[in-house]
Amino acid sequence: MNPAESAGPDTQWMIRFDKVVKRYGDLTVLDELDFHVRPRERVTLIGPSGSGKTTILRLLMTLERITSGTIEVGGEYLSHTRRGDKLVPADEKHLRRVRKRIGMVFQQFNLFPNMNVLRNITEAPVRALGRPRAEAEAKARELLDMVGLGEKALEHPTRLSGGQQQRVAIARALAMEPEILLLDEVTSALDPELVAGVQDLLRDIASRGELTILCVTHEMQFAQDISDRVLMFDKGQIVEDGPPEKIFTEPEEQRTRDFLQAILKA
Amino acid sequence: MNWDWEWTREFSVELFTTGLKVTAQITVFGAIVAFIFGLLLALLRRSKILWVSTAARWFIQFVRSTPLLVQLFFLFYVLPTIPPNIKLSALTAGILGLGVHYACYTAEVYRAGIDGVPPGQFEAATALNLPQVRTWTSVILPQALRRSLPALGNVLVAIFKESPQLSIITVLDVIGTAQELGSERFRYLEPLTVAGLFFLVLAIPASIMIRRLERRLEY
Ligand SMILES: Nc1ncnc2c1ncn2[C@@H]1O[C@H](COP(=O)(O)OP(=O)(O)OP(=O)(O)O)[C@@H](O)[C@H]1O
Ligand SMILES: [Mg+2]
Repeated sequence: MNPAESAGPDTQWMIRFDKVVKRYGDLTVLDELDFHVRPRERVTLIGPSGSGKTTILRLLMTLERITSGTIEVGGEYLSHTRRGDKLVPADEKHLRRVRKRIGMVFQQFNLFPNMNVLRNITEAPVRALGRPRAEAEAKARELLDMVGLGEKALEHPTRLSGGQQQRVAIARALAMEPEILLLDEVTSALDPELVAGVQDLLRDIASRGELTILCVTHEMQFAQDISDRVLMFDKGQIVEDGPPEKIFTEPEEQRTRDFLQAILKA
Repeated sequence: MNWDWEWTREFSVELFTTGLKVTAQITVFGAIVAFIFGLLLALLRRSKILWVSTAARWFIQFVRSTPLLVQLFFLFYVLPTIPPNIKLSALTAGILGLGVHYACYTAEVYRAGIDGVPPGQFEAATALNLPQVRTWTSVILPQALRRSLPALGNVLVAIFKESPQLSIITVLDVIGTAQELGSERFRYLEPLTVAGLFFLVLAIPASIMIRRLERRLEY
């Protein structure tokens, strides 16, 4: 079906994937993927390596371009705009507007090593949202207190532990006041003893229920704590979709059972 | 052949007042041209507009594949004879020639520096919705330049060492002056040795400092 013929944006959904195809050369990672996420829903994506979880988050963050199909965010097309009755690839201006609604935390933190912690957090609010610096700094300090790093505002990120860096990255993403937060294995690069601190912070953020969250994780307890819904992926398709208690204790699909078995053994 | 100390003392003054000034000018201004124009070339090379990046690549390739001497000749002797008959002073032509020549090396230095910035930095900047220009000025270039500093130091030393080539277009630096002095008496041992030592004395500590810098600059 030509995407232009579909019903068009729908505000009942925060995120809507419609027949999304993503290919890298000959490799089809997502094949006509459909799924919807409601506003403030907290969704965990699980599935074996290579099943396309990261790809989904990267498409949403506009770090990758979609091959075909459409993605809507908050009732707006993400990487298309309507011209007449056709959908055409969106320009940078459109992307910048939709991107404002989305924040992402990366596995490797990706803090800017050439700026101190405070500057890492204020740079985007000042440069992308045009906030006055004083206001941005006040907000950043609040966020730093929230993530338990009020003392570290003027430190350089490289002087912080991995767990502290990741908490700064979370504060940095929240400083942009996104509606959607994307979390891609945010604790898997951390030393084991630092995982709990970051997870506690995210539990706290998720429990406020203000954000729509898409989270990729292999930590089943954590997934259960922060999400209302789990999507099990395999080969770019959704295998199973349900509440965490159900998926983690009595999954219906054999592939989900196999995957959970494999995780437990690891 | 005996070393003439008397004469050495005499000419050293001239060597280091007139010659040194020219060498310093060539090195400093040549490096400024090389560093700024090189950055411009590096950015043009990354342009998404195909003809811009192709033109930049060809220019770099062309300049790197022809001898500096020919480029200097061209700027000083040929350029004034073809329309629009641009006539540069010997020093200006020399600084421009040397600067542009090394800009084509510096462009590669910057390119390596930019390539060395982890892709995650671009991705974080995109995720934070930083405008493109900001992404470059606040995030990518500061990290890329920092990575490039030691190699830029090496370019500076190279420009310093190549500055005597400008005597081919009548610019007399330390070496050129030494040669001139030598030709007055048909005796080159003292002036050329002193001039050569001067380069050695400056270039070696510079290289050592660059190596120190390399180690210190890791984040
Ligand atoms: N830039 C790229 N170029 C080519 N192939 C890619 C690229 N990025 C991802 N892929 C491929 O796409 C597939 C899906 O990758 P993706 O990173 O989305 O998987 P994932 O579910 O996040 O896996 P993991 O659990 O290992 O993180 C993989 O086969 C991967 O090799
Ligand atoms: Mg992944």
